[in-house]
Amino acid sequence: MFSGFMVNAWIVATMVAVVAGIIGFFTVLRGSAFVAHAVPQAGFAGAAGASLIGVSTLAGLGTFAAISALSIGFLGKRGRHDAVTALTLVFMLGLGALFLSWSEEYASAIYALLFGEVLGVSSNQVLATAALGVVCIAAVVILYRPLLLTSVVPEMAEARGVRTHRMELCFLVVVALVTTMSVPVVGALLMFSLMVGAPGAARSFTGKPLSALSLSVGISVAIVWTAIAASYETDWPVGFFVGVLGAVFFIAGRGWVAWRRSAAGRVDSTGHLATGPMQPATATGMNGEPT
Amino acid sequence: MTDTSRPGVRDEEILSLEGVSLWLSGREILHDVAFSLRAGELTGLIGSNGAGKTTIFRVILGLETPSAGKVLFAGHPRQRRSKSIGYVPQSIGLDPDVPLRARDLVALGLDGDRFGIPLPSRSRRQLVDEMLEAVDAQGFADARVGKLSGGELQRTLIAHALIAKPRLLLLDEPLANLDIRSEQEVVGLLAKIAKAHAIAVLISAHEMNPLLPVMDRVVYVASGRAASGPTEEVVREDVLSALYGHHVDVLHVHDRILVVAGKDETHHTELERTHTVVPRGLG
Amino acid sequence: MDAVLTSIFEPGFFTSEPVRVAVVVGGAVSLVSAVVGVFTVIRGQSFAGHSLGDLGTTGGAGAFLVGANPLWGFVTFAIIGAGAMELFGARRPRGRDMATGIVLGAGLGIAALFLYLGTTQSNTTGATITILFGSMFVIRASMIPVFALLSVLALAVVALLYRPLLLSAVSQDIASARGVPVRVIGALHLLAMAVAVSLSCVTIGAILSTAVLIGPAAAALRLTKRPGLAIAWAAVIGLAVTWLGILLAYDSYYWPPAGRGWPVSFFVVALILVVYLLADLANGQKARRAGPRAIASDKGPGVVAGRAWPSLPPEPGAE
Repeated sequence: MFSGFMVNAWIVATMVAVVAGIIGFFTVLRGSAFVAHAVPQAGFAGAAGASLIGVSTLAGLGTFAAISALSIGFLGKRGRHDAVTALTLVFMLGLGALFLSWSEEYASAIYALLFGEVLGVSSNQVLATAALGVVCIAAVVILYRPLLLTSVVPEMAEARGVRTHRMELCFLVVVALVTTMSVPVVGALLMFSLMVGAPGAARSFTGKPLSALSLSVGISVAIVWTAIAASYETDWPVGFFVGVLGAVFFIAGRGWVAWRRSAAGRVDSTGHLATGPMQPATATGMNGEPT
Repeated sequence: MTDTSRPGVRDEEILSLEGVSLWLSGREILHDVAFSLRAGELTGLIGSNGAGKTTIFRVILGLETPSAGKVLFAGHPRQRRSKSIGYVPQSIGLDPDVPLRARDLVALGLDGDRFGIPLPSRSRRQLVDEMLEAVDAQGFADARVGKLSGGELQRTLIAHALIAKPRLLLLDEPLANLDIRSEQEVVGLLAKIAKAHAIAVLISAHEMNPLLPVMDRVVYVASGRAASGPTEEVVREDVLSALYGHHVDVLHVHDRILVVAGKDETHHTELERTHTVVPRGLG
Repeated sequence: MDAVLTSIFEPGFFTSEPVRVAVVVGGAVSLVSAVVGVFTVIRGQSFAGHSLGDLGTTGGAGAFLVGANPLWGFVTFAIIGAGAMELFGARRPRGRDMATGIVLGAGLGIAALFLYLGTTQSNTTGATITILFGSMFVIRASMIPVFALLSVLALAVVALLYRPLLLSAVSQDIASARGVPVRVIGALHLLAMAVAVSLSCVTIGAILSTAVLIGPAAAALRLTKRPGLAIAWAAVIGLAVTWLGILLAYDSYYWPPAGRGWPVSFFVVALILVVYLLADLANGQKARRAGPRAIASDKGPGVVAGRAWPSLPPEPGAE
């Protein structure tokens, strides 16, 4: 499975795994489950449209992903909680189905875009994926600190002059880039499992930010490599393995946390008995909204 | 270190609001609010919910622009956002699994707004340790922030704000979710910090009694209006009645003060600017 | 006049058997979804509705794999999902989104597998499309009784529980205090939702079913704050978009570019979005005329948002 056309697949898959693991770390930190669903679905419509008019799938994917990501950013909190966004997303899926219904490979194209595809990775795709990957990683390295700050304590960051809104937009753009890289490999519907499963598991095992980030990448790579190998051997869809493995790792992480909690009473992750009474972390931000 | 973060001279005026009014969506939220804060002093911003405390905070932080009046920071007009003002929110919503330890959160206070990934350095770690010690947080420095109790998280957030060497520290209802013992600890800690670092500390609360032992001045807010000055001069029946627009009783019980709404409604009188507030420059 | 009519209703529309079935079944299903959806939106459980749709994908794919009618797959998995949600709590505290999403992701992965196995086994390629995006025109007339029964069941549940459902949507505590068995009510509502969603999985497709569940409801709630009126509006909107969608799909048979007709579920979903936007616009106009106090402000303390009862809670896919 390591020869010929599969080499490309391995290279692309690894890059996707690394970047998804990194961006996923911040996605989970920011609680942006919605974004992780929305952008891939919008991208699906773009990819469908692109394949219809003969343009590169990545281009269509990227365009729609970027537009949707920025729309979420500019519509802000209102956009996120509104019925409009949910309905628009469903519309995106319907639109993608429409585009694909006009093409000859209706069923197989839909399937590949929604659930992932291992074969058929061209050299162009390798280059494009590499370029996107480099940009994503560079962005995260540069924005690491302010991104971390605005993810955990946004009001305090805002008070210090960090432009949280700009950070949000940067983050969303990076999510769009990751989506563009990853959807051809893991599928629009399973993108979420990769982006959330690995970091969700990683944070259960360690409390240090950089360790959690590294572990997230490690788990993500493990998931993707296994998925590719298994898919190659069994011909079963990549998305199946990604979805199931993502859940397995995530649940393993939760199980670990629960086991430690029950095994040692109220002990925190460093083994110290937490001092003081436990208070519920209710939150009302400066805007009066629940944070 | 930039100029604005040098240690303040005691009694130097750090912040001053003059005649600040604010209208939002057709309603007057703040009317003619004026007070000033000095280095080394701990001031209580007292008022019930909805009185305007949070709005005043937002004005100080530059998140709202006053419709009238001025906000001066160290004598200069308020810039939109500034590193010299530390802000500690009431509480933050945290997942128990957030992969940040208390010391990581404090370290972010140092340079969280700078780009790049922090390179491990001894001086950085030392500073963080110092801050953790200052707020008595060494015991849980390596615990996850999501697992800390209310009081522990409070102290971590204070350290986070403090490590950036602000000249003004704002705390939004820091005592709201704490038990009595933690309350006393935090209050004592904040008083100590104000004096030791010569910064102005402004604490908002709807109940002033826990702050009485350490409060140097009080800014009492009701219905968007404020009266400020030393506690014994502001928390008086005539001042507060004028503020609320109806009669209130001020009762002293041992070392506590109770403000109680009175029975008869008197006509709301316009609060004069220099009525009973001790003119700035004294006290 | 004749020419106008024939251009709107392409020849054969009224005589075509599949169209008739689609109109009856599709209409009924959309009606049920819209009505149940009103309660879903009011109770802030749109995310649960979306999840049930995703679970439906797994169910439908599974049914297809074993050669059963997809409807039973949809129903089974939706009800199992509803049961799981009831056990683990259908409310969404922060952080629960991630876990639910992961579990649904596994479900979708399994669906992918079932579809793959099923299509290779039976050598048909259409199943993926049908299960994901619906098949309103290929419903067998013999299935009408089943659809009718399930529809009536779902409607009966919400009709019987009308008042307790609304009361517990406002406040669970108040409802409990008045003797309403909130847990039972919640479970029954989830059940009705499961049935409604599985029905629309057949007509509109598992992936798109959320649209007919919450779309008409959300639009109706933009037009009125009175629950009874909202239900009426939602029903009308649901029926209208479905019938119009069927008409357009039928008419599109000769449209470019492929001469195969456009998918009916696309039309339905697109129409729902349009209707919602119009309703939102109308609501905005109404609010603007009512004056500044009625416009909800989303920032700044001390500003009164003009909220009527019941207020729209955070919407689907949120956070």
